Amino acid sequence: MVSFLKEAEELFEEYKDYIPTHREICEIIENKEFLTKEDLAKLLNVSSKEDIMLMAKKAQKLTRENFGKVILLYAPLYIANYCQNGCVYCGFSCRKKYKREKLSFEEIENELRKMKEEGIDSVIILTGEDRINSSVEYIEKACRIATDFMSEVSIEVYPLYEEEYKRLSSIGVVGITVYQETYQREDYDKLHPFGPKKDFEFRLNAPERALKAGFHEVCVGPLLGLSHPKKDVLCAILHAEYLLDKFPKAEISISFPRFRSAGTDFTPSYTVSDKEFIKFLLIARLYLPRVGIVVSTRERPSLRDVLIDVCITKMSAGSKTTVGGYAEEKDEDAEAQFEVEDRRSVSEVVDVIIRKGLRPEFTNWVKGVKSV
Amino acid sequence: MFEIGGKRLKSRLFVGTGKLPDYSLIEKMYYEAGIEVFAVAVRRIGPNTKHTKNVLEYIPKDATIMVNTSGAQDHKEAVKIAMIGRELTDSDWVKVEIEKDTKYLFPDSFETLKACEILVKEGFKVFPYIYPDLNLAKELEQIGVEAVMPLGSPIGTNKGIGCEVLLKPIINEIKIPVIIDAGIGRPSHAAQAMEMGAEAVLINTAIATSADPLKMAIAFAKAVEAGRLAFEVGILKEYEYAQASSPLEDFISG
Ligand code: SF4
Repeated sequence: MVSFLKEAEELFEEYKDYIPTHREICEIIENKEFLTKEDLAKLLNVSSKEDIMLMAKKAQKLTRENFGKVILLYAPLYIANYCQNGCVYCGFSCRKKYKREKLSFEEIENELRKMKEEGIDSVIILTGEDRINSSVEYIEKACRIATDFMSEVSIEVYPLYEEEYKRLSSIGVVGITVYQETYQREDYDKLHPFGPKKDFEFRLNAPERALKAGFHEVCVGPLLGLSHPKKDVLCAILHAEYLLDKFPKAEISISFPRFRSAGTDFTPSYTVSDKEFIKFLLIARLYLPRVGIVVSTRERPSLRDVLIDVCITKMSAGSKTTVGGYAEEKDEDAEAQFEVEDRRSVSEVVDVIIRKGLRPEFTNWVKGVKSV
Repeated sequence: MFEIGGKRLKSRLFVGTGKLPDYSLIEKMYYEAGIEVFAVAVRRIGPNTKHTKNVLEYIPKDATIMVNTSGAQDHKEAVKIAMIGRELTDSDWVKVEIEKDTKYLFPDSFETLKACEILVKEGFKVFPYIYPDLNLAKELEQIGVEAVMPLGSPIGTNKGIGCEVLLKPIINEIKIPVIIDAGIGRPSHAAQAMEMGAEAVLINTAIATSADPLKMAIAFAKAVEAGRLAFEVGILKEYEYAQASSPLEDFISG
């Protein structure tokens, strides 16, 4: 499993100082149907605006050919913020004095009802990592309720065992998101000083366990800024490719959330500029034309709107990142896991998508079509 | 007029709806481009929401819905999706699309064959999406599918009729209609498919992702018609050298 990490490491080392010429970039982008791994590593070092625009043009073409004029929309639902981990960068970390909450099933229903009223039909259910307070049974029950309301239900919870994924898959949950945070072991170790999340490999293998258990959508990615961004992007892209090769029937997505502060005094080692961020997304598209690319409300509206045109296939809208934030007005800044930059309502996001000549869609896998 | 799947149709252009920017185009295509058959992916037939309406609400009631099993990974899933699709749409036309991978989206011949066997028995009008494989097409014909839908080139690539040498034998040898599906990127590709003797073509990406899907649908409709007319008249053979227009040869050799 970790073979792709080794490969990424070697590729990175080999090409880290390699600056491709404009001619070479044209050759890669315009004449090649599929990029090689070496091309991928080289493109990470592109920096001229002209070359990035060239990449954008091709990325746009590939996105439309493969995904059509459709943008999938979803919203996250935070059902609990108990967490046993000490991730140094996170607002939910157990070291923080913080009001811990966990929604009752009735509250979950209220949240879902409120989301549904907003027009959301695809939900991703989130918890912190706490097997006691947010047990698998609790998550399972929440998902069951969600499938009554929504066409599509996914999860972003702590890594589970294959048997546990099977249980969720059998009730109609279709997708999981697991961010590796960083693919660099040493940094990972420092950033996660204690708690179950410390187990790098258990997390890294989660997508594979989920796919084996019958899930058909998986989203992977790093949290950009925690470690060397180019390296992490390279690893994530190869991770997605690894999963595609091993589970050719699965739908794999990739996302590059950028670090945002969340009431901790943690300052990330790296910052990723808009230009770099955009470049990373474009490279992912060029290398993996059929892989979904997700962008969350961490990014600001103007940037998200531009990306919709180019390479994004799925995005969140109208997100509340506080526990119980949909049914109740909450102070998002004080209580959220991270800051939301795009606070537009679902309707507003939908309008933008339509104005761009695209179709907003809330359904990728209608529940029941593949489950049971 | 031609007959297929128990229906009499005027247009030989079938259109996929999955990649359209706006479902309201469906009605316009029906009235302005004369398109009568729309392929609909069951996996996306969600309920109406505040922001999106179910695709089925946009399909004129006299149009024909071809339920698409895309997303199915084996025959069991395809059968299940077809059943759900029939319930939802009231249409028994099903395009069996089973893919083994999400990279090339090549059809899985073994699973497709199995699914078709079951669906024909269940009373569906079955339209399998296949590789241009004559043996497979023959087996499907025996099973009793309505038509076969071989790919022109891989899905979404707009590369046109990339496997003419494989498609021709199918058109020549089997008696059920052949609908060229996938890979057609331009109206001229569609015309070529029709000139070859295809009964119809199914277009998705090339129309849906064009700058003006309605206009492009009209262009395709015209190309399909032109290609068909030419096929019916009989395309003249191509010659390596120019042919003398007067029977000059007779004098010379005489
Ligand atoms: S990042 Fe996740 S696991 Fe880590 S402290 Fe925050 S909620 Fe817990």
